[in-house]
Amino acid sequence: MKRREFLRKVGFAGVIAAAVSAGLSLPKRAWAAWNQQAFRSKTTSEALNQVHGSESMIDSDKIFMKAPDIAENGAVVPITIQADLPNVESISLLVDENPNPLAAHYQVGKGLRPYVSTRIKMGKTSAVHAVVKADGHLMKATKEIKVTIGGCGG
Amino acid sequence: MSIRMRAKEQGGLVTVKALVKHPMETGQRKDKNGNKIPEHFIQQITAKANGEVIMEAQWSPAVSKNPYLAFQYDGKKGDTIEIAMIDNEGKTFDGKGKVK
Repeated sequence: MKRREFLRKVGFAGVIAAAVSAGLSLPKRAWAAWNQQAFRSKTTSEALNQVHGSESMIDSDKIFMKAPDIAENGAVVPITIQADLPNVESISLLVDENPNPLAAHYQVGKGLRPYVSTRIKMGKTSAVHAVVKADGHLMKATKEIKVTIGGCGG
Repeated sequence: MSIRMRAKEQGGLVTVKALVKHPMETGQRKDKNGNKIPEHFIQQITAKANGEVIMEAQWSPAVSKNPYLAFQYDGKKGDTIEIAMIDNEGKTFDGKGKVK
């Protein structure tokens, strides 16, 4: 290792050590804390309260959920959520009958369109909610998805 | 674990599609000897376009094995897309691509 590189690395490590000891997060790629309470919640309302501090929301016809009516394989259920709403802040996906309903949460950054697509697992037939926070309001679209073979068991 | 991605622009709208290789173990499955397979799943995702954060996501083990993720943003051809992920074992991995 070259002397200059060594000094640079030690210098950087020193800065990190100082930041850590000062209780600050790492400067390079600071991961926010995974929302343990929300993701370990056993009910949809508990999860919503953990994420949004509220579970009251209105049904919106501006939120579209593209998902199969019947999922033959619960291990892979494709779900696309799109919101035709301004100032969308976040999109959450919840499955009532899963052991932990909150499946995914997306925080919208600069320039992102309110459109996300993922594939999820479903243990059994359940209502699936797309919860969108826009302009400070919580709104949702719900769809019942029938599962023929569950995706969580061994 | 790796991230493969494709990003395409059409009329100012960029669609990013990413496929990740990851077991996404729920912690509820058992191996053939009846032992629980420990949970192993991606917890957080950050997506950047030209260095600016456009999306941050948090996942649960309910996301399917070898996850698929698609999103859209206002962008153009030539933008640099970076996707970084971290799983519950603290392993990080990332993918980088250009918008076509």
